[in-house]
Amino acid sequence: MKIPLFRLAVLVACITPGALLLYGAFVTGDLGINPVETLQHRTGATSLQLLLASLAITPLRKITGWSWLIKVRRMLGVWAFVYGFAHFMSYFAFDRLFSLAGVAEDVVLRRFVLSGMVSLLAMLPLALTSTKGWIRRMGGKKWQRLHRLAYVAAVAGALHFVWKKKVLTFETIAYTMSVLLLLGYRLVEATRKRRPSSTRQAPAA
Amino acid sequence: MLIKKAGDIPASEITPESVYNNRRHFLRAGAVGAVGALAGGLWARESLGGTVMPQDELPGVVKSPLSTDEDTNSWEQLTGYNNFYEFGTGKDDPARYAHEMNTDPWSIKVDGNVGKKGDYSVDDLIKPSQLEERIYRFRCVEAWSAVIPWVGVPLKDVLARLQPDSDANYVAFETLHRPDEMRGQRGRALRWPYVEGLRMDEAMHPLTLLAVGLYGRALPNQNGAPIRLVVPWKYGYKSIKSIVRIKLTKDEPPTSWNIANAREYGFYSNVNPEVSHPRWSQEYERPLGGFLKNKKTLMFNGYADQVASMYAGMDLARFH
Repeated sequence: MKIPLFRLAVLVACITPGALLLYGAFVTGDLGINPVETLQHRTGATSLQLLLASLAITPLRKITGWSWLIKVRRMLGVWAFVYGFAHFMSYFAFDRLFSLAGVAEDVVLRRFVLSGMVSLLAMLPLALTSTKGWIRRMGGKKWQRLHRLAYVAAVAGALHFVWKKKVLTFETIAYTMSVLLLLGYRLVEATRKRRPSSTRQAPAA
Repeated sequence: MLIKKAGDIPASEITPESVYNNRRHFLRAGAVGAVGALAGGLWARESLGGTVMPQDELPGVVKSPLSTDEDTNSWEQLTGYNNFYEFGTGKDDPARYAHEMNTDPWSIKVDGNVGKKGDYSVDDLIKPSQLEERIYRFRCVEAWSAVIPWVGVPLKDVLARLQPDSDANYVAFETLHRPDEMRGQRGRALRWPYVEGLRMDEAMHPLTLLAVGLYGRALPNQNGAPIRLVVPWKYGYKSIKSIVRIKLTKDEPPTSWNIANAREYGFYSNVNPEVSHPRWSQEYERPLGGFLKNKKTLMFNGYADQVASMYAGMDLARFH
């Protein structure tokens, strides 16, 4: 009983920020005084938050032993991409007026835009291969290796946010710390796993 | 046909119905509550606009021929969307928190290379001059723009009365520093107090305004009450708010955004579509109230005819 309800709650949490934006845009017409900025900021922040949430699943599972958490990881990742794509489109449409040359100029000249693009492009193959069919077709190992691109997406996404801000804020610090913590955990885990094999290789004195 | 009866479950294993229901309710209520709180929080943040325009008008304001005839932004837009980091880095933080600043009494210290040093009230500085309405274009470094009906007096008239001496090459300004009333100053987004400066010829330029009003009303706190600078051909952050000190100096004074990030923000900070901000193009701007970043940014924010001569021969990319 616990899992469907949990999945439903996470789904609602994933949809809510977007639903609020649509409601603000089309029902009340109130997305603040600079609606485009609101749209861009919210879609971007939600994307990064969901991406970090998806990366938090594995450490949380290992620490708490709640293996059922895995049931929402793909959902979080897919929604992170959905918001990331909406974020890009709001920039492409409102800031760059659908000019690919304009986007290219930004990517080449500005690390702030480049990092955002890297994050989105890193998420693209993950979103495309997010179905059960693809896991089967690729095989678990290969699929998992591909999905480590999520680490790239997270680092690039956090950099994108930090470089956007003019000064250090609570948010920039929170995102940076989250990424360091989530990737640091994996690094520690990986070295811990490797250590026994390296001691085995060492010749007995 | 025989149907096997399922084995009885021991009574101890059965969750009482009330507990079962309670638990489900608890989980569901928790989930719904969390989502609701999140939604409510976002919503509350969004629906806060500017303030309502007060009734009381400033007396004796005349219109200025230096005004643009472009459509002005609304009171609500201009008072609900501000960069005033002393109250927080969010655009709606000033509208929300600036009322905590006490502007009465207000004193402005005048010192440095100047004849009439001393502490002045706003009226001391402003009253001898004629209040003018000046409708100026405003261009933020973040590539949004507005058209704003300020009320104020030319800074040059005020400075002339204060009698700068022959060593006065620059004018330095300082914003109120009062963390008790300006919650943004309890953090370290910038180094406090906020400081700005102009070269003497820029300060003495007829377009440079000491503003005390907006839309014919006294300046709201979030717009820099009770007295602020307006330099329409420079990025918005040069137009320092809530001034408590004017110091005439021999050397170029430090300026807050330059201290924070010298690569991105120079002393001059003239609006210049050809000098890109490292993070975005300055070629286009999004007029406040519009959706598209489709308005071409003009050299010196469209004031080139009046101000370009001050920078003749200067490398404007280097002295950005």
